[in-house]
Amino acid sequence: MDRDGEGAMHPAFLGIITIIVGVGGCLAYFYGSNLFLDKVLYPPKGPNAGRNINRANQIRPWLFLLPAILALGLYLAYPVFATLRLSFMERGPGGVTEFVGFANYTQMFAEPKFREAMINNVLWLVFVPAAATSFGLLAAQLTDRLSWGNIAKSIIFMPMAISFVGAAVIFKLIYEARPEDVAQIGILNHLYLTFGGDTPQQWLQIPFWNNFFLMAVLVWIQTGFAMVILSAALRGIPEETVEAAIIDGANPFQIFFKIKIPQIMSTIVVVWTTITIATLKVFDIVFAMTNGQWETQVLANYMYDKLFRANDWGMGSASAMIIMLMVTPILVWNVYNARKEMR
Amino acid sequence: MDDGISGRKPAVVWALNISVVLLVLLWLFPTLGLFVSSFRTGDQITASGWWSAMFPAEQTVQLRVADPDDNRVDLGNGRFMVEGNIFEGEGFEGELEAWAISSRDIGAYQPGDTADMGDGETMTLQVDGTYRWEGNDDQISGRAQRIFLDVVSPPDFTLQNYNFVLFDESNSEGMARAFFNTLTVVIPATIIPILVAAFAAYALAWMDFPGRALLIAAVVGLLVVPLQLALIPLLSLHNAIGIGKGYLGVWLAHTGFGLPLAIYLLRNYMVGLPRDIIENAKVDGASDFQIFTKIILPLSFPALASFAIFQFLWTWNDLLVALVFLIDASGQTTVMTRQIVELLGTRGGDWEILATSAFVSIAVPLAVFFMMQKYLVRGLLAGSVK
Repeated sequence: MDRDGEGAMHPAFLGIITIIVGVGGCLAYFYGSNLFLDKVLYPPKGPNAGRNINRANQIRPWLFLLPAILALGLYLAYPVFATLRLSFMERGPGGVTEFVGFANYTQMFAEPKFREAMINNVLWLVFVPAAATSFGLLAAQLTDRLSWGNIAKSIIFMPMAISFVGAAVIFKLIYEARPEDVAQIGILNHLYLTFGGDTPQQWLQIPFWNNFFLMAVLVWIQTGFAMVILSAALRGIPEETVEAAIIDGANPFQIFFKIKIPQIMSTIVVVWTTITIATLKVFDIVFAMTNGQWETQVLANYMYDKLFRANDWGMGSASAMIIMLMVTPILVWNVYNARKEMR
Repeated sequence: MDDGISGRKPAVVWALNISVVLLVLLWLFPTLGLFVSSFRTGDQITASGWWSAMFPAEQTVQLRVADPDDNRVDLGNGRFMVEGNIFEGEGFEGELEAWAISSRDIGAYQPGDTADMGDGETMTLQVDGTYRWEGNDDQISGRAQRIFLDVVSPPDFTLQNYNFVLFDESNSEGMARAFFNTLTVVIPATIIPILVAAFAAYALAWMDFPGRALLIAAVVGLLVVPLQLALIPLLSLHNAIGIGKGYLGVWLAHTGFGLPLAIYLLRNYMVGLPRDIIENAKVDGASDFQIFTKIILPLSFPALASFAIFQFLWTWNDLLVALVFLIDASGQTTVMTRQIVELLGTRGGDWEILATSAFVSIAVPLAVFFMMQKYLVRGLLAGSVK
């Protein structure tokens, strides 16, 4: 690409060309390859018409699938193995790599910053899915029979459209601390001082608790997702079960916890695991708000530090493999369920 | 629908409504704060919290009277004075509540009072801003006297932040370029995976071939593979085949990362389409390609729209993929998320710039969200509830 300003194509123009070439290319590939198959390779006429149709139908699925398989293989499957390999390598001077066994892993486990990231990640994994699912369930139940429930849901769902970076700015404004003698512009410190706090707090610099102030951002974003799914699940509960409970004299809390929750348990598990995966990959929030300072490091940001700041591919890949290892149980569980369903 | 629980007490209904209102406010307030702040000047933002912006704001401003050496009037007997209006040329709106001549006793005098500044030097300030400063030759010379005014100004909002962030040519940290860069990333990165996935999903839903079940399982598995693993291997690959860092690389990366969800969503939807339609078309001699383009694609519009929104939101809001695959040392291809992170570093305290830039970047996804919410919800339900 031409990079020296003058004569460089405007990116928007480049984008339009790419769309045309990319989309046109895709269409041309699918159309052309099918045409080739039917007209040239195995035309459905002549002495072997029947056999040709069968053969064409054996090949056609692979024509449809080829671009997807290539992209999936190259961009998702291959990197798993490539990263695994890199995690056992050390990049020496001049780009020469040599096999070092588990040296990257042992070195990493010995680093206090890595242990901090692990502990924080576990904290995130426990707190965020639990909080987001509970809030989502609460919102779903409360708005269920409300005349303006859909508007309420829409607003709680809205943060889903906001980027982690945008949310980081939003919450930094909430956590902003100003000197004691001037007006507080962060609402948290304003409330803190109004309700008896003595001095404005730098919320993001209080070790341990600052993790929760970061997690609040993700909970705020993910609650809407949980609410939408759980709301649909609550609607799917057969009316009779609830009515029977009412007749038996159950109070609303008993109905909710003893009748409704057990019936939507499988959906709660799906929501919980989906948020768990999102939590595990969380990077932007920490990157934009604290960048791992004040003991808020998490794995994904630790990995980014190693890869692109320390330029240590070995340890960076090793920490990426830790993230992979942590999603593997969910991966296996999902695949197991999908296969069970297809039988 | 309100008759769900028969005989509900009014108190319960009230409690329910109030708790939902609280919940909604809790979720709305953060964004509202950003939105309101983006329409306030930097001075306003630091003077008071955004929640008080809807109400008249009290602030203390520091102004100087006119230069005594040019403006003083000789009253005789060695007395001099300067008269004028303190608000002149300030374009100030608001009402004077109190004033002072020292920063140590802000609000010491009421409008109309005369302040005794010692040795016969006095200052009188009226509510409309006219003042009279009187004293001897030494006192009414040199630097102009400062006055500290407590002013109550009505709610005041401005578009100047947006003007500065979006259209000011001199602003090297503006969002205009980043906005177009983001758009350039997003559009191809949304359309291309849809096309590729739609064909694959049709094959996985309606064609019979060995290994189909295995492929579906693979797609389900790849759904959760963290893209963090792909960073180094693919960046090396892009460098090796000459793509390097740039738009092509980021389009390909987004396509790859978006495909599992796209295939999964579309396949789930296509499997549910009525078998009769497809079989009738086959009997009529339609080829798979024709069935796909003429029947399946139009029928799958809701699922296509769902995925398009997901992919749009995801690519628009992405930071990591752009950092790794797109933005090079020249910074010409920076996207909005990256620009905001930069601003958090360089303009950490300038909330008017930060809030406006952030709001520029979230305005488009929010608009898409509210317009296409129906499809978003459908897509979520199709993707998660099985």
